[in-house]
Amino acid sequence: MIRISANPAIDTAIKLVAVAACMFAFVFVVMVPLYNVLCDALGINGKTSGQAYTAVQSGVDEERTVTIQFVATNNEGMPWEFSPGKTVMKVHPGASNDTVFYAFNPLPKDMVAQAIPSVSPSRAAGYFHKTECFCFNQQPLAGESSAEMPLVFIVDRDLPRDIHTITLSYTIFDVTDMAGAAVATR
Amino acid sequence: MGDHHHGPAKGLSRWLFTTNHKDIGTMYLWFSFAMFILGGSFAMIIRAELFQPGMQLVDPLFFNQMTTLHGLVMVFGAIMPSFVGLANWMIPMMIGAPDMALPRMNNWSFWILPPAFLLLASTLFMEGGAPQAGWTFYAPLSTTYAPPSVTIFIFCIHVLGISSIMGSINIIATVMNLRAPGMTYMKMPLFVWTWLITAFLLVAVMPVLAGAVTMMLMDVHFGTSFFSAAGGGDPVLFQHVFWFFGHPEVYIIILPAFGVVSQIIPAFSRKPLFGYDSMVYATASIAFLSFIVWAHHMYTVGMPIAGELFFMYATMLIAVPTGVKVFNWISTMWRGALTFETPMLFSLGFLVLFTIGGFTGLMLSIAPADFQYHDSYFVVAHFHYVMVAGAVFSMTAAVYYWLPKWCGRMYNETMGKTHFWISFIGFNLTFFPQHFVGLAGMPRRIPDYALQFTDFNMMSSIGAFIYGSSQILFLYNVIATIVAGKPTSDEKVWDGAEGLEWTVPTPAPYHTFETPPKIDPVHAHS
Repeated sequence: MIRISANPAIDTAIKLVAVAACMFAFVFVVMVPLYNVLCDALGINGKTSGQAYTAVQSGVDEERTVTIQFVATNNEGMPWEFSPGKTVMKVHPGASNDTVFYAFNPLPKDMVAQAIPSVSPSRAAGYFHKTECFCFNQQPLAGESSAEMPLVFIVDRDLPRDIHTITLSYTIFDVTDMAGAAVATR
Repeated sequence: MGDHHHGPAKGLSRWLFTTNHKDIGTMYLWFSFAMFILGGSFAMIIRAELFQPGMQLVDPLFFNQMTTLHGLVMVFGAIMPSFVGLANWMIPMMIGAPDMALPRMNNWSFWILPPAFLLLASTLFMEGGAPQAGWTFYAPLSTTYAPPSVTIFIFCIHVLGISSIMGSINIIATVMNLRAPGMTYMKMPLFVWTWLITAFLLVAVMPVLAGAVTMMLMDVHFGTSFFSAAGGGDPVLFQHVFWFFGHPEVYIIILPAFGVVSQIIPAFSRKPLFGYDSMVYATASIAFLSFIVWAHHMYTVGMPIAGELFFMYATMLIAVPTGVKVFNWISTMWRGALTFETPMLFSLGFLVLFTIGGFTGLMLSIAPADFQYHDSYFVVAHFHYVMVAGAVFSMTAAVYYWLPKWCGRMYNETMGKTHFWISFIGFNLTFFPQHFVGLAGMPRRIPDYALQFTDFNMMSSIGAFIYGSSQILFLYNVIATIVAGKPTSDEKVWDGAEGLEWTVPTPAPYHTFETPPKIDPVHAHS
């Protein structure tokens, strides 16, 4: 054992303080990133990747049809009108599909929103690929104006056979305060 | 023993500046009892509100503050410091050390506690009231929806975390470095063993709690989004971090209680503890398992099935070492010359009621069944059986057991036994019916309930008032003993008691074991 202090009690104490400091650091440098990595990798909580998916040529599975349902929810206190263009789509795995969500800011001030996706069943999250999504960025919207927000997605051909319906839910949050300075420059 | 020309200083400065392990232990014990009364009075408000359905006495926001502060004060202010106080008093005397290894740090770890709890209690009078998110303070209840006093609360958690870590470091340093020659690890009394393991748990997980509240602080004040989905965070992350601390925390509370009972049952059975080695290994196994079962507190968050199964089986595994302990205590009593003085009564109460709490814990560990039990009064009943009948009963047993050694006077045995029976009946009347209302669907932390739960809730409330008032009798008995108890100078106050603490004079002098005692190499642990 390495001796830090000649006094054995102080030596023990210093080593234990180091252990405690490591455990404090462990929360930030291991637990938080590990949680995010695991959720991304395993689709826990229905989290989908926050990155655009690069489509791979795999051909379309015409034999199979999957129903995609879209849900739009406002977080508490968020005044925008927010809705999916189509509430249900029938798609083939492997095909690229387009849809839009509508947003309207009824207040007379500029606002910024962030949409957070969640896929149900969560097992499907890893097979639901978005090549383009408004949720990848914050959405600024001037007062009393509306926007069409695009979504392009591919359902993976490897989607487990027992899954016939996937629900994609977006919750929209008001992040105007958080975005702060960024809005002013836009 | 000791050089008596160096006794305690006089007046207030004795207590402010003391580095004596017995003084600090005494202060810890009195402080924790004060917190026990404070947390208990919050519980009385809760039970008074729940005496009848409908809104009776307090508004729901205040009710939430009561459940929150009751939990926080009892866990961090009453139970944990009481066992630290006991460790301070007993560990040096049990291993033949003159004092704790780091006496000045010992003074600090105590003296930062009262201001922290004063601040926490003062949040009741702040604008927006005290924290109201429950003792588990889940985000976003404790971040987005918290009153401004949450910042004070976070500061308090940091301070008491630092206190616990310093106290634990001191205990580990003492046990590792100051054992009398010949006192090998496997000869240490079990109370010392359980505290050594507990102290390691504390050093490992109190920083995790500090990390959790630091993330809350940053979310509330510095614009981060650890627990806010809007900024890419996740409220479920809070639960994982909290319970990674929280599950070891429940063993931090119960392991020293195991240690106390492992001292007392052999003394009143007049037999050595059965299966000493297996007790040590069982304690270590429980400590290890406590790190890999945290998510059984959050089965309903939507974990993958593999996760649910892992945490379910790992949790059930804990029943094995715990069972080893329970069977060892029973085997210790087998064919022993049993007597039933107050410490033994409280230890037996512990044994029976803790085992019931263990069984309901097994029920809760079953993931599919837990979806019904989750956040119901069944959970409340379960953890009060292990926290109150487990930790508090064993702490009470410890006070009765060692009080004559501490002050050289005997407590009133009749009053002690009365205290036990009122406590035992009051406790069971309070918490046993909560199993039933919980299974029938009464949710916890709600100030109102459906009419059909009225009878059981009234029983619970009456039981709680009985249990609460029995603590006044306890306080009276302890004070009466210190002031005017029957003096005793027997070194061994209990004829069956074994261990170094019973070799020093009674009352224990201010300084003990300034020269290390000789440890009989054949005679093992108590």
